[in-house]
Order: sequence, then structure tokens, then C-alpha cells
Amino acid sequence: MFDYLVRRLASLAPTLVLVSMLIFGLQQLLPGDPAKILAGEDQDPQVVEYLRKKLHLDEPLPVRYAYWMGGVLKGDLGESSRNQEPVLHLIAQKLPVTVQLAVMAMTIALLIGIPAGIVSAVGRGGFWDYLANVFALWGLSTPNFWLGILLIMLFSVQLGWLPASGYVSPFEDLGANLKSMIMPAFVLGNAIAAVLMRHTRSAMLQVLSADYVRTARAKGLNERTVVVKHALRNALTPIITLGALELGTLLSGAVLTEQVFTIPGFGKLIVDSVFNRDYLVVQGVVLVTATAYMTLNLLADLAYFLVNPRLRH
Amino acid sequence: MSAVLETPLIAAKAPRESGPWRRAWLRLRRRHAALAGLAVVLLFIVLALFAPWIAPHDPIAASWAAIRKAPSAQYWLGTDEIGRDVLSRVIWGTRASLLAGVVSVSISLLIGVPLGMAAGFLGGAVDAVISRITDAFLACPFLILAIALAAFLGPSLTNAMIAIGVSAAPIFVRLARGQVLSVKVEDYVEAARAVGNSPLRIALRHILPNITAPLIVQATLAIAAAVIAEASLSFLGLGQQPPAPSWGSMLNTAKNYIDNSPWMAISPGIAIFLLVLSFNLLGDGLRDALDPRQR
Repeated sequence: MFDYLVRRLASLAPTLVLVSMLIFGLQQLLPGDPAKILAGEDQDPQVVEYLRKKLHLDEPLPVRYAYWMGGVLKGDLGESSRNQEPVLHLIAQKLPVTVQLAVMAMTIALLIGIPAGIVSAVGRGGFWDYLANVFALWGLSTPNFWLGILLIMLFSVQLGWLPASGYVSPFEDLGANLKSMIMPAFVLGNAIAAVLMRHTRSAMLQVLSADYVRTARAKGLNERTVVVKHALRNALTPIITLGALELGTLLSGAVLTEQVFTIPGFGKLIVDSVFNRDYLVVQGVVLVTATAYMTLNLLADLAYFLVNPRLRH
Repeated sequence: MSAVLETPLIAAKAPRESGPWRRAWLRLRRRHAALAGLAVVLLFIVLALFAPWIAPHDPIAASWAAIRKAPSAQYWLGTDEIGRDVLSRVIWGTRASLLAGVVSVSISLLIGVPLGMAAGFLGGAVDAVISRITDAFLACPFLILAIALAAFLGPSLTNAMIAIGVSAAPIFVRLARGQVLSVKVEDYVEAARAVGNSPLRIALRHILPNITAPLIVQATLAIAAAVIAEASLSFLGLGQQPPAPSWGSMLNTAKNYIDNSPWMAISPGIAIFLLVLSFNLLGDGLRDALDPRQR
């Protein structure tokens, strides 16, 4: 286990270095003088000069990268050109909101996707299988910002049950927080539920035809025990691995969902920064997102390792 | 003499030997959902090509007398916040979505397939470098990378297509590499090498045709993802710029008028949903028809 962890961490390091190069390289796409563009709309000469010095723009590219990376390793992702706040501080402020949204969305996705996949596989070719497949196609083909608009129309405008937008901290009022987050979480979880349903269905179909499931049935165990204790436990490993890939969808989807429901999270920060031409914030957000995505994938790999006894020994 | 005359007749009656593409088409024809998907995709292509003749109104002509009119005989799907016909904008918007889908995926294929083939075929250091760069791209969630690229390149439909194409290319690198690795050990590749074919000829004439099927399947599904990505970027204001019509930007405007003009949000969303659903159905059908092992 320890060896595996060390090997996995070692393989992460070069990828992270390349990711940092890729994100640093984004600056090179800016047309013209980066210092002027990074200084924002006002292009205050003092800010331009400050940025030129801070970003070492008169130095060769590899040297600039080394300076930038040095800052990143010390936790310095630069300053927002809009409000001169450290980028890391801005990210730390917004991250908990997106984490809550992501956790709620993943919970909804798991609660819908896995049971739907099981029911679909168990009743292969029947009504429930058909219904679950229609649901999966719907989930995969519906843009989440449109689903968000439709839900606002129904639950906020027509029925008046839930707020159309805004965010309340759970520490202020938990009830109001859940009311404001349930629609965005459902929107975000919907597409992931569809993918999880497909993965669960195909993993369960494979497992249900295995010899040990036939043996369990032959022993006279009831169908529920066979499906849940014998089949699902073995089907979970591919579901975890493939489900982990959806964490990227979760982070990407949060950008649009937060925009529709005006939730002040990580996704809204990147969109606002794009329109304020606050490029250092955009770079910082992409770097933190990529690192978070890789870390979550690593954790999913470890979970895969833990639930699969054949790999452990 | 009669025997000589009969031989060509028998040969003519014998069933024509069917190639892999014909067999795939026959398999696809049996999948009704995939055929329905294909029909809807073709319908959208017709709408995009003949938009000037099909659309009942000018998609960018504002009419202050027709601001946010509900669907009626004159405006079938209603009008928007400056009195433009929603139906005409949805029809013209097909162009941006289809163009974005096809061009983005073409960019992904043009970048991804040669790099993936080089990595799989050459191996060693080339494979290591290409694979690590691919890993780095895949570490950034697709849409976030596309947003960042579109932001740095500047908001426009062309830049959105480049951003989507570049962000989706790593998937094709990985797919092409994996396919080459499994095909290059086949006997016919060994035979081609044994008779003295150059590596380039082996890659292009013997390997590429044998990895085309999974690439076509992935490309069809990638078009669906690219259509959603373009709509997402346009929704955020990073794709097609106003007043040119695009489904994503129509939804972005519509969300400000949900309470009193819901029709503005319904039809662009249905259009995205139908087009994406059709490509997904077609992609699933093609996978079953072209690549039965992945079923």
C-alpha cells in the first residue's frame, strides 16, 4: 500500500510541473504587452511598471517561469488587478461554497445513479431498464445551465418554493442555505447521475453473470442479498474509478451552475475574473482546479485500492 | 458450352462480398434510435445550410413594436427583449452550434491523431513526452481549460472553437495511442514491415485504416460534447458575440426574463438538447455497429 502510494505520488509530480507550465503558458497567448493587459482596464502606468517588475517581463521565458513557480510554491499566486487582493486569498474565500455545492451534487448523483444502474441491470430489457436508459440519455444531453433555468421557472417563479438565486452561509441559517443550494446541486448532480447509472449498469451486468453470483443464488440466498452483498460490492471498484473521472465534470459544471444561480463560488470567480480581465486570478483558479482534480483522482485511486482486496495483497 | 454460359450467371447471383463498412451500415440500420439520431442531425444540417430561406424573419432585426411578444401566428416561438424573432434566431443559431461541433472536433482530430499515433508507434522517449503532456492537459477539467483558453485568446466563436478543439485533443491522443499499441502487434503489420514498407507507410496505410472505427465513434460523441461546450462558452459570453445568434447566448439573455418571458428560454434549450441527444444516439449506435467489442 505504502509503495503504491509513493509510486503514485511520484508520477503526480512531473504532471503537476507540466500543468504549471501549461497554465503559465496561457499568459503568452495574450496579444501585446502582458503587463498592460494584466493591469486591467485602467492601465495605470504605476501598476504596469509594478507588474513588469513583479512578473520579470524583461527576463527570458524560462527565467520568468522559474520566478512564477517559485512564487506558487510559496503560496503566492499574484494579486488581483481588480481589488489588489492576493489571488490565493480570493480562492480560499470562494472555495468552501463550491466544495459544499460539489459534495451535495455528488451525493445526489450517487443516490440517483447507483440505484438506477442496479435496477436497470437487474431488470435488463424490461421497463425499468428502458426508463433508466432514457434518464441517462436525458442527463447526458441536457446542458446544465438550461436545466437550471427550467427549474427556476418551475420552483421559483411558478411555485415560489425555492429562491431563484443568491447564497446564504450555512453558519448563518442552515435551512436557508439548503434551500438555496438544493436546486444548483440537483442541476450539477443530474449529468453525473446519468454517467454513474451507465457505469453501474455495465459493471453490474458483468458481475451478475459471474460464477460466484450463480453460486450465491444456488446456495438459496435471497435475490436482495445476492445483488447487494455479492454483486454490488464487486461492481463498486470500476464504478469508483470511472466515477472519479466525473470529478472534472463536477468542477466544470460548477462554473455554469454558479453563474445561473448567482452563487459566489469558485466558478463565479473564474467567470468574473475573465470579464474583468483579471488574468492572474484566472491562472490561479485553473492551477488550483487542476491540482484539486489530480488530488481527488489520487484519492479515488486509493479508494479503488482499498476496496479491492486482490490489489491490496 | 452450356456450362460455360452458366458460370457467369451463377457468379452474378452470388451475394456480393460485403466489406466492414457495409456490414457496419447494415448493423447501424437495425438500430432505430441511432437512425432517429442521424435523421435529426441531418435535419439540423438542412436548417443550417438553408437558414436564409427557412427562417421567417431577419434574426438580427430588432423591432421595438414587438418586444417580448408571446408565441403567436406571426412569431411562432415569440420574440426576445429587443423584438427579434426567436424562431429565426434558433434556426440561424444552428450554424454556430454545428460549426463549433464539427470544427472543434476536426481540430482535436488533427492534433490528437498524429500525436497519439506517433506516441503509440514510435514508443520510447517520444511516447513518454507526448503522454506526460497529454496527462497535463487531462489534469485540467475540459470546460475550465476551454474557458481559460477562450479568455486569454479573446471572446469570439473562432477562438471558442480553437479553445474547445485544443481542450478536447488529449482524449484523441490517448485513444489513438491505445489503438495503435493494440494494432501494431498484429500479424498484418508485421507482414507489412517484413516486405520492406517504410514506418510512415505502415502507419498511414496499415495502422490508420484499422483504428478509424473507434476514432469515428469518439468523434461523434465529441461533437455532442463540443456543441454543449460552445453553448456553455456562448452562455458565459465567451463564444459567438451579439448580435449574431447562438443558442448559448440566447439562453444567457433569456435567464434575465424568466418570470415574464419564459418562451425565450424554452426553444434554444430544446434545440441544444435535441442536437446533443441526436449525436449521442448516433454515437452509441455507431459504437455498436463499428466497434462491437466496446459494447
